[in-house]
Amino acid sequence: MGDNLFLQFVQQLINGISLGSIYALIALGYTMVYGIMKLINFAHGDVYMVGAYVGFFAATTANLPFFPSIILAMLATGLGGVIIERLAYKPLRHHPKIAILTTAIGVSLFLEYTTMLLLTPQPRTFPPLLPNAIYHIGGLIISFQQIVILAVSVILMILLTYVVNHTKMGKAMRAVSYDPDAAQLMGINVDKTISFTFFVGSSLAGAAGVLVGIYYNSIEPLMGIMPGMKAFIAAVLGGIGIIPGAMAGGLILGVVEALISGFISSTFRDAAAFAILIIILLIKPTGLFGKNEHEKV
Amino acid sequence: MEPLLKTSNLSKSFGGIKAVQDFNVYINSGELVGLIGPNGAGKTTAFNLLTGVYTPTTGNIEFNGHSLVGMKPYKITKQGIARTFQNIRLFDHLTVIDNVKIAYNYHIKYTLAEAILRVGRYGSEEEVVEKKAMELLEIFNLADKKDELAANLPYGQQRRLEIARALAAQPKLLLLDEPAAGMNPQETHELMEMISWIRKTFDLTILLIEHDMSLVMGICERIYVLEFGKILAQGIPDEIKSNTEVIKAYLGEEV
Repeated sequence: MGDNLFLQFVQQLINGISLGSIYALIALGYTMVYGIMKLINFAHGDVYMVGAYVGFFAATTANLPFFPSIILAMLATGLGGVIIERLAYKPLRHHPKIAILTTAIGVSLFLEYTTMLLLTPQPRTFPPLLPNAIYHIGGLIISFQQIVILAVSVILMILLTYVVNHTKMGKAMRAVSYDPDAAQLMGINVDKTISFTFFVGSSLAGAAGVLVGIYYNSIEPLMGIMPGMKAFIAAVLGGIGIIPGAMAGGLILGVVEALISGFISSTFRDAAAFAILIIILLIKPTGLFGKNEHEKV
Repeated sequence: MEPLLKTSNLSKSFGGIKAVQDFNVYINSGELVGLIGPNGAGKTTAFNLLTGVYTPTTGNIEFNGHSLVGMKPYKITKQGIARTFQNIRLFDHLTVIDNVKIAYNYHIKYTLAEAILRVGRYGSEEEVVEKKAMELLEIFNLADKKDELAANLPYGQQRRLEIARALAAQPKLLLLDEPAAGMNPQETHELMEMISWIRKTFDLTILLIEHDMSLVMGICERIYVLEFGKILAQGIPDEIKSNTEVIKAYLGEEV
């Protein structure tokens, strides 16, 4: 019996890590955009939905295999993110924060209901881009899809970390997030840096959309709302604005959710996510990786 | 010879307040010019106009034959104007060397794909920038601190790092906003020597805002005095020292 319980625990851990790596991918976009312009981009979950649809049409209409589909979805959502920033957020950059926050909610609704109008609210079955193989390893069940989700997420996160830490664009991002005015006086094009941030963040969400489409094999126009919220929680959990924080936050949230659905009940799953948010905000408002900075008087 | 920088009738108003009015200055290539004036006279506003942070209400700024009016700050930096700040504005959470490398940024030419694949121009360009950044850090005695966070440096070193970062942008004209603020007489003296030295070594033209009279009088060749947003006087240090209007407006309490 004890053995069985342990097996079940490990099994849920595996499920949690693959779910969590998707949260992490979406959370990265939230955290990067927050880092660079102190904006919670509420439309980010819907960018993820758009990514799933682009992947869907790439795989069905254009009959593309997995890798071209996911890359196409990433390019499309990346570009979409840049356009959203240019049209909706940039004109409001120097206005009170509440204006741009409200606009983000507007963009979210716009994406959801435009998709509904154009593509009907009908859920669509995502084509099986990856073989549906299942491996039994010592009583554990691991699907090929889970392995691909984890592998793709890890590769994308390593790439992102490298770009942020070792390239001129990454350095520009960190400089702009710290002091945009000083950065532009050092010759950094702030507009271009913000566009780049939106491109990268949105393309990660696009990748997550395709991965989820494959995993749950169903997509619909409102599919971005809940994962968007969860990823936001993950970003806050890790410390919003901090890139490793978003990765850790996503994984932790995924694992906690999987453990709760496995051992208690899946109906408590969403409640648990929000409970975590409340607890974090009470105990460590700056998140796990956040520094407590005291306002200087 | 045309001056390197020339402003004509430059003005900036905030609502009804005229922060800078009819600001007419010129700086010849290679000169070291001081800009002094009581608090709130509009000195930093003038710097912000020159670097594109503010758009002038009226007037023109000509630099190296081009008008800078309406140009974005990062483009003005590329034209060859770099600055430091009155209140130090380093990228605190980046290392000392990264602070300098950031200002070198726009000289680097490589694509993101090359960087990710670590091929092509990425390697060599990154090496060149690293080397140049190290050279600057050595000049400013910061080489052994290269991997420390900028925030952890003592005050005097932060001031020096700010100048190093500005030089990394490879300016023709360097604007120093109160570089001696918060320094003791010994540090101020060292700073004076350093400013003279970098000016020669980097073939720079410098415009300096300063409160410290000994610094301004000691190293500047020409001085502009600003009061209530207007140029009150200009001349060589000795002329400024003996100008009664300047003494009344600015030095009055001290003499």
